[in-house]
Amino acid sequence: MSHKLLDDLTERAKLAINKKAAFGEDIDLTKYLKPSNKHDYVEDLEKLSDEEKERLIAVGVDTKAEQRSGSFVQHDTKVSHRRSTQEGVEVMGTGEALEKYDWLQDYWWKAVAVDQDKYTAHVELHQNDGYFIRTLPGVKTVYPLQACLYLREESTAQNVHNIIIAEEGSELHIITGCTTGPHVKEGIHLGVSEFYVKKGAKVSFTMIHGWNENVAVRPRTGVFIEEDGIFLSNYILLKRAHSLQMYPNAYMVGKNSTARFNTIIAVPEGSHVDSGARTYLRAPGAKAEIISRTISTGGTVISRGHMIGEVPGVKSHMECNGLILSETGIVSAVPELEGHVADVEMSHEAAVGKIAKEEIEYLMARGLSEDEAKSTIIRGFLDVSIMGLPPHLEAAIKKTVETSQKGFM
Amino acid sequence: MLELKDLKVEVSGKEILHGVNLKINDAETHVLFGPNGAGKTTLLMAIMGFPEYKITGGSILFNGEDITDLPLHERARKGIGMSFQRPPTIKGVKTHQVIELSARNGISIDEAAKELNLGHLLNRDVNDGFSGGEIKRSELAQLMAQQPSFVLLDEPESGVDLENISLLGGAINKLLQKDMKRQRVNSGLIITHTGYILDYVDADVGHLLIEGIVPCAGNPREMLHHIKENGYEVCAICPTNC
Repeated sequence: MSHKLLDDLTERAKLAINKKAAFGEDIDLTKYLKPSNKHDYVEDLEKLSDEEKERLIAVGVDTKAEQRSGSFVQHDTKVSHRRSTQEGVEVMGTGEALEKYDWLQDYWWKAVAVDQDKYTAHVELHQNDGYFIRTLPGVKTVYPLQACLYLREESTAQNVHNIIIAEEGSELHIITGCTTGPHVKEGIHLGVSEFYVKKGAKVSFTMIHGWNENVAVRPRTGVFIEEDGIFLSNYILLKRAHSLQMYPNAYMVGKNSTARFNTIIAVPEGSHVDSGARTYLRAPGAKAEIISRTISTGGTVISRGHMIGEVPGVKSHMECNGLILSETGIVSAVPELEGHVADVEMSHEAAVGKIAKEEIEYLMARGLSEDEAKSTIIRGFLDVSIMGLPPHLEAAIKKTVETSQKGFM
Repeated sequence: MLELKDLKVEVSGKEILHGVNLKINDAETHVLFGPNGAGKTTLLMAIMGFPEYKITGGSILFNGEDITDLPLHERARKGIGMSFQRPPTIKGVKTHQVIELSARNGISIDEAAKELNLGHLLNRDVNDGFSGGEIKRSELAQLMAQQPSFVLLDEPESGVDLENISLLGGAINKLLQKDMKRQRVNSGLIITHTGYILDYVDADVGHLLIEGIVPCAGNPREMLHHIKENGYEVCAICPTNC
């Protein structure tokens, strides 16, 4: 990377290091320690400890890496495993990628502003790798790639910067699991992700989070989608996260580009999650959809969506549905539509409340007990088949959801 | 099979049924006529056991057992089944799932689905965007899986085209074991406005529900004829004058 660019980014980051984020609790970043960075590289994910394997599997990572086109694992600050098993698919740490490719600077902090807030600034000033995943033109991943960002040491900060590029006409499916070691009580995960979906390319990005008690999480994501490009984001969080806030931006700059954000979030007591998606429809024929389903069993979840139609001939739709399953939980839906010209088609629906009595009774009239009826409805509410995933990936995620559900049903 | 004795039912604090007496024997199909707002759906909902339909007096006997205080799902498990007129949509819960869940005796859903031409609806969220006819077919498929011995059908023909009525009629006849003659046990109570369903399903007894009571019973076809000729004021000119 050129010195001038680097200096410029450092300068901007320094100026923003105390800049509060627009949403979410303001977190004191000085209280986290620097990880010791002593982790070894592992050739075979099966050789990880049983305890760690269990954590990885719970967020959708297949440690056998069968039916995966590649894997990436980072423990705290260090890349501990990276492998691509398909030609035309590149998987490596962003540090390594920056050394390998001069052109990468053209993608560096282009979809997310380095000075967006203190968290982006912190990542720039204290970056510890992250993943670089790229499909070459026309290459389609046979199986999904998997990536895992793992917080192993107590009270540390993980600052990753990920770059994902799907070159023209390529197809890339990624499943990312972020989790902590079983004994980690406190920590912070800061993850910047920049996606570039080129002309006619398709990216599906499925992220499953499984955090521990007092972990704070601040992902910062930006996506550029070119002509006929498709970006599909699926986010699943079913375990407690002390404080999580994210609001990814999708810039739909190409004609007929598509962005879809599906979110399934359950918040137990002690969880505070503020999550959403913002789509800028900037080219004719652009289509965006945001669907979020949230459940509170005592925690707070704010589900946001902001769709901005800037040119004629764009379409967008948003659905935010929330279920409150306890006396104290808070579910908040904040849908926002913004049309800048007349010829836009934008709509939203939002509903928050407990499970509809008539739905429970309908199933009871078929012989289900009240509890059986409720859990059937909740399972349906959390159904991942809305995510439009390849069948084998859908099956794997369904299994993960089933496992996680046991915790709160 | 089912006996209602002086049944009084209240909805949102207002009494709708003022003492209904009705007896349906094994293997009998009864039809319920009555003007809009008379309380026909209320009667079905109360028999099924929906909590909002509060029984304030009288009793319901099912196969000799008093089920007046039994919860909804236990009545279903004892063999009472209902086809809804406007069932709710449950997002994420597929039609095939509901049919499978209804099938407590391990009945294969394939037969019910095929019989009711339901294939394309099985993987859709139950009742989500279904047409009138699709709702009825899905309801009956659920009942065929559930195999109740007593069925409550709330206007099974409303919103259904002629072609589908015969399909539904066939399914209702199966539910009521119409092909079994002597060994037949199953019985049912059907609400109908138009009476079209009577062209497909043989009914034994008709009742008129008017102003919260069921004053009389008779031959269903004759009653329908009288209602068509004279409207629901038929009571006033009824020779039994009860």
